[in-house]
Amino acid sequence: MIEVYFTYVRDFIAQPWPWYVAGPLLALVMFVLLYFGHEFGISENFRLMCAADGADSMNEFFKIDWRAGEWNLLVALGAVFGGYLASHYFIGPQGDIAHISDATVTSLNQINIQVTQGAVPLVPEFLAWKALLTWQGLLMIAGGGFLVGFGARYAGGCTSGHAISGLSALQLPSLVAVIGFFMGGLVVTYFIIPFLF
Amino acid sequence: MRMSRYILVGILLGFILYKSEAASWFRIYEMFRFQSFHMFGIIGSAIISGIIIVQIIKKRHIKNQEGQEIVIKDKSNTYPRYIIGGFIFGCGWAIAGACPAPMFILLGAGHTVFIVYLIAAMTGTFVYGLLRRRIPH
Repeated sequence: MIEVYFTYVRDFIAQPWPWYVAGPLLALVMFVLLYFGHEFGISENFRLMCAADGADSMNEFFKIDWRAGEWNLLVALGAVFGGYLASHYFIGPQGDIAHISDATVTSLNQINIQVTQGAVPLVPEFLAWKALLTWQGLLMIAGGGFLVGFGARYAGGCTSGHAISGLSALQLPSLVAVIGFFMGGLVVTYFIIPFLF
Repeated sequence: MRMSRYILVGILLGFILYKSEAASWFRIYEMFRFQSFHMFGIIGSAIISGIIIVQIIKKRHIKNQEGQEIVIKDKSNTYPRYIIGGFIFGCGWAIAGACPAPMFILLGAGHTVFIVYLIAAMTGTFVYGLLRRRIPH
């Protein structure tokens, strides 16, 4: 009996989560962290990790008490666990796929990324260790990561800090940052990604 | 343990972004091509719910667990950093197909190459720290 119940719960969670479930839950994460006395912002962890690795003695930007950010590092660690659990135990019968639109599948095929509707992996095959041996892969993985880390700190926040926390608090600077996110994203999507494949 | 609740929040965050596919490169590409409402729905409904939550916090003077009123600090009003930094972040978001939280989540999902993402993002943050005084804010 209890086993049937657990299977039911597992299958329920294993469905793809629609946007109207994911969005309000993200706001809940923000609220829970506010209640605990903290502001939701994942990219701050890169700074904390730099500080913890010794950058605090090299530059005053990293002279922070990273232990005061322990809570945030634990949220990031939890996200690692969450990714493990979701991907290992909560995958639906369709497999670990991204349910992207037909239009996107067509666009991807046009730029030479071969995918089939219904079998689009959540993480593309070109994001893998062997991709690092090509300049395209290196640009996407190391270059993309670098820009995310640089830009997030320059802008003072990432998707969680600006798009969610900042806009929820009606912060004009966050709106400007999010407009910046989209300008950068559009330029790369239309003028760079098509030439990488 | 008092700190373990943050791990639970992180696990929830991991489930949200993994199961809604917001951690997928393809979903980010789709968003920037405006080919689905999905990502806009996630971000939009998060913001609308967030605005409601923040307004209730302000109106009712809701306190955090330490008994202090919850105050959300205003972001500084110097705009170049938001537009330039935001633009750079957006470039990285689109090309890497992952913002910071999904990097941690996908690493946990077994895509070990995301270690390289994290090291690259730390390097980017470090370089920002070095250049901070010389670039416009």
